[in-house]
Amino acid sequence: MGTSLEAENEALKRRISELEAELANRSNHTEAASQQSHPPPPNIANEREVTLSLEEYKRYGRQMILPEIGIEGQMSLKRSRVLIVGAGGLGCPAAAYLAGAGVGTLGIIDHDTVENSNLHRQIIHSTSRVGVPKVVSAITYLRDLNPHPNYVPHVEPLTTENALQIMAGYDLVLDCTDHPAIRYLINDVAVIMNIPIVSASALRTDGQLVVLNNPPSVGPCYRCIWPRPPPAESVVGCGEGGILGPVVGLMGVMQAIEAIKIITKNPVQEVGRTTMTLFAAYGASPFRCLKMRGRKAGCIACGSPERMEEKITRESIEDGRMDYVAFCGGRAGVRVLEGGERISVTEYKKVVDSGVEHLLLDVRDKTQFGICQLEGSLNVPYSEFESSKYEDSEAEAIKSKFEDQPKDRPVYVICRLGNDSQIVTRQLKQAGVFPGDRVFDIKGGIAEWARSGVAGEFPEY
Amino acid sequence: MNEQQGPSANGVRSNPISLNIEFSGGLEILFSNQRDHRIQLPAKDSSGEPANIMFLVHYLCENLMKDRRKDLFLLHGGIRPGILVLINDADWELEGEEEYLVQDGDIILFVSTLHGG
Repeated sequence: MGTSLEAENEALKRRISELEAELANRSNHTEAASQQSHPPPPNIANEREVTLSLEEYKRYGRQMILPEIGIEGQMSLKRSRVLIVGAGGLGCPAAAYLAGAGVGTLGIIDHDTVENSNLHRQIIHSTSRVGVPKVVSAITYLRDLNPHPNYVPHVEPLTTENALQIMAGYDLVLDCTDHPAIRYLINDVAVIMNIPIVSASALRTDGQLVVLNNPPSVGPCYRCIWPRPPPAESVVGCGEGGILGPVVGLMGVMQAIEAIKIITKNPVQEVGRTTMTLFAAYGASPFRCLKMRGRKAGCIACGSPERMEEKITRESIEDGRMDYVAFCGGRAGVRVLEGGERISVTEYKKVVDSGVEHLLLDVRDKTQFGICQLEGSLNVPYSEFESSKYEDSEAEAIKSKFEDQPKDRPVYVICRLGNDSQIVTRQLKQAGVFPGDRVFDIKGGIAEWARSGVAGEFPEY
Repeated sequence: MNEQQGPSANGVRSNPISLNIEFSGGLEILFSNQRDHRIQLPAKDSSGEPANIMFLVHYLCENLMKDRRKDLFLLHGGIRPGILVLINDADWELEGEEEYLVQDGDIILFVSTLHGG
């Protein structure tokens, strides 16, 4: 009994491998035929031999029957090696769809750990994996979704030291990061490695998507479009500006679509105009497609700059001549006040407890003030200090905001993190609104008030 | 839609030019939190030259922008790095950049590049 079952089992296994071999053979023929008429896209290494298991035929059937994909497309996906930089709001959905679609090798690089403030948008992480490295958390989810791809974890930041080495193992990179410094680094390395970049970003309720260096040495790169970085103070992250989960999710999903198009492109993409897709969730027409410039002849990354010593090379990245953080101006905290002009949340708590009459001025915007506020605080948003026109007498404009306030009491200024409040403190002092210089900034803002637990439980957001 | 179409591109008209100005990617915060603006731009600048994009940008800075952080829009006499200018949905570089002479009915979009993810 046992032996007959075993024999049957063996026979079936043999039959399966015969069929798989036959299928692989057939698809290789198709592949060869298609290669004759259409050269393969650069860098998608067609020579890597792959086969699909019967389980995979079933798994990918719904996308394989699309003429845009077909068996050739599925094989290209399986041969492809995609690197996702950043396992956050963009990287999560992009990774899920690419893993699901059957990308052969999926590398993910991120140095962060999962926090519960990530979970409204970083949908492949989970509450039970808070504190776990994002890369590990992501791969846990992805393996369960599709065990076939080769998942490569890189639990480290992408830096000038490791970028060339890491990116050398991939045919395509998805820029799912959150700061211009790393976006320039990804760009420069991708240009050197001849790999296309699918770049997306999102903030608040808006998103942007652009495919760069595609095809390599034809399409414009990040530096062609943005030769100079924005001033550091204009760079706002999701933590400060806020982000609607599905907005960044949508952009990540669109990155997966563009990646699939690049990987399965057959024939090679015609040299067309690069477009940038803008998404504004609350805009009158949410999607906009913009025609972008082409490659810049004098681009220091992908072109031939007039001064050739400016050209970015493997060496200039490796030996540390390229300082991306300095190039983008870092992201230093605001420091405009002297020590004596600032007090800690603990000191402010003492002021409250002592019952001294004072004014607590909260300069967060109305939305944030609505989420939580300290008792008795007056809300005058920071933007109102910034919107007094230049030609107005600035001092008068600021004074008028406090006409009804008694002027004989100390003033404490608070914001979310302790940056805006310093600037407002400085302005109030310069405008001489409250005589006697008794205006103080509360260090670390509402966030520090909550974190320190100085007044018991207080929401942290 | 437009009260008067510009008759020619040679800059002889003197009627103000009707433009649709749009802000995206957070720039709207500097413009009274409003994404779409319809403005009437003088057809010529103070030296009598026909209105181009740079004239428009300075005009917006002086007349439409209430926020005093002017350098988040205009820096060192030019558009701040990180802002893309689109003329009728095309990169301004395809249209002559700062020199482009604005036409009645043009849609000029200013997009601040986003970095979050």
